[in-house]
Amino acid sequence: MGEPAQIEVRDLTMGYGDRVVQKDVAFAVRPGEIFVIMGDSGCGKSTLMRHMVGLNAPRSGDVYYDGEGYWAAEEERREDLKRRFGVLYQYAALFSSMTLAENVSLPLLEQAGLPPAEALAVARLKLALVGLAGFEGHYPSEISGGMKKRAGLARAMALDPEILYFDEPSAGLDPLSSRRLDDLILELRDSLGTTIVLVTHELPSIFELGDNAVFLDAEKKTMTASGRPAELKECPDPKVRAFLTRGRL
Amino acid sequence: MTGSDSRPSPYVLEPEPDVLLVHLRGPWALASGVPPTGPVMAGLEAAPSARRLAFRADGLGDWDSSLVAFVHALAGEAEARGLQVDTSALPEGARKLVELARAVPKRPLGPSGEDDSLLARVGRPALAAWATAGDALAFLGETVLALLALLRGRARFRRVDLLHAFEATGAAALGIVALINFLIGAVLAFVGAVQLVQFGATIYVADLVAIGVARELGALMTGIVMSGRTGASFAAVLGTMTVNEEVDALRTMGLKPVEFLVAPRVLATALMMPALVAYADVMGLLGGAFVAVSVLDLGTVEYLRQTQNALALRHVLIGLGKSLVFGGIVATTGCYYGIRCGRSAAAVGEATTKAVVMGILLVVVADAVFTVLFHVLHL
Repeated sequence: MGEPAQIEVRDLTMGYGDRVVQKDVAFAVRPGEIFVIMGDSGCGKSTLMRHMVGLNAPRSGDVYYDGEGYWAAEEERREDLKRRFGVLYQYAALFSSMTLAENVSLPLLEQAGLPPAEALAVARLKLALVGLAGFEGHYPSEISGGMKKRAGLARAMALDPEILYFDEPSAGLDPLSSRRLDDLILELRDSLGTTIVLVTHELPSIFELGDNAVFLDAEKKTMTASGRPAELKECPDPKVRAFLTRGRL
Repeated sequence: MTGSDSRPSPYVLEPEPDVLLVHLRGPWALASGVPPTGPVMAGLEAAPSARRLAFRADGLGDWDSSLVAFVHALAGEAEARGLQVDTSALPEGARKLVELARAVPKRPLGPSGEDDSLLARVGRPALAAWATAGDALAFLGETVLALLALLRGRARFRRVDLLHAFEATGAAALGIVALINFLIGAVLAFVGAVQLVQFGATIYVADLVAIGVARELGALMTGIVMSGRTGASFAAVLGTMTVNEEVDALRTMGLKPVEFLVAPRVLATALMMPALVAYADVMGLLGGAFVAVSVLDLGTVEYLRQTQNALALRHVLIGLGKSLVFGGIVATTGCYYGIRCGRSAAAVGEATTKAVVMGILLVVVADAVFTVLFHVLHL
């Protein structure tokens, strides 16, 4: 426990327009941890992630990276903080007008300012790491859903971020592709020490990958449990127990 | 109602001391329609002592969703009046479906307690329009800053995207711009000639076409064509990128979507528009000349000389200057609606429609402002 938190969410309240999605959300993610944000559909898991990666501003509260408040920071500082994390979106969000190599090269060229030849070399390596060697010249429309996810992952980790966010990595994937992606996530953490924040409601992924987790309740509009996923099966909140046991109480 | 009027009622009411029994009979099929609940409710009115609504199913034939929909609607209305509903006599399948449908608590579809008064119904769109105007102004400011950054070489964007935008807004638009403006020149010559021939001044058709096309119609028509072509395309592409979270991905990579996606498109369109309009002017003049020579029996040399005399450089420059602004308007409007698109396929269609309608409106309004301005300045 003694290790300081790398990411800390403090008293975060989020909403769209007049509607509050979640309130008083608070948890801490330690370096090298795989942290799961879980909850039923529509509870605001992805919204929470959008607040953590700087896409949506919170109503109140803040997200702290090594003690530094993201939303309290100046615009320029926020851009620096963004370099610390990469994001794999639900449907990979690859740029359809660019090849896979161009997709992965983009942050290397524009954010890190690498010369094109070096960016391409790194992009090839990252694509090879996710098992997509030989697909550098393919466009996103020419590859499968699972390959898109892996290419999105290659792009998210292009700049060797300290933290990787995954929004529903298993969405739309068959069990084998989903399993392969889970293995890849685990390997990334083990080999690079990357901190991983995973938004998911897939029980196998939650139990196999998650070191710690929070549960967001759609009805109560707040987090109702946090801790190790296996231990949360015994959580006093019946909804959390039901969620983690697929209703078999 | 479908055939239900011509067939015997699929149920009869059997009032008992404190129960109203609905006796279901014969086949129930969606093709025959779902019977209204009104008669049953009227039956309840007539039997004020009834505390319970129950069913009898002996004599019930094949049934489908029409039966379940009828019972479901009836149960809702009866419970709202404080009556107990007993579905135990229904066939097991129908009973389970009714229970399943009634197990989910009804959720209000819209925001609850929304004010429905006239003032609120007028006020909401007015407030939304005000917010959109503010947002559009902020977007315009952001776009201008991004363009300045781009011109100073400090913007982060892909050169190849800029070249693509030049191609899409220039060479690829030549065909439609040529055709429209040739026809506009021809129509202008023809309509003008019908009037001018009455005064024996047919040759002045050349003046009409030259000034009309170079000063007004070349730029205006090209602006409208580009709004439908390029503005719509920008809105659809950027809207789809928004739906696919590609715009979010840019943001989390630290890239500014306005700098990366909008500025190159606006710059390319604004720069290509004068070139397109110069081409459109030539096509318009050719259209006018074609009608003059082939229909009005004017000599080619005579017509061209008259055109040359009428066409002062300032007319051409005014048209080209306006087109630069029209290009900026068309591209900025298309990109604005694309970037602010919602998160569904329908939202992309809506964004595209808005981009075209607003693009054309703003081009015509800007043209009107220019016309007044140049008149005041005696240009």
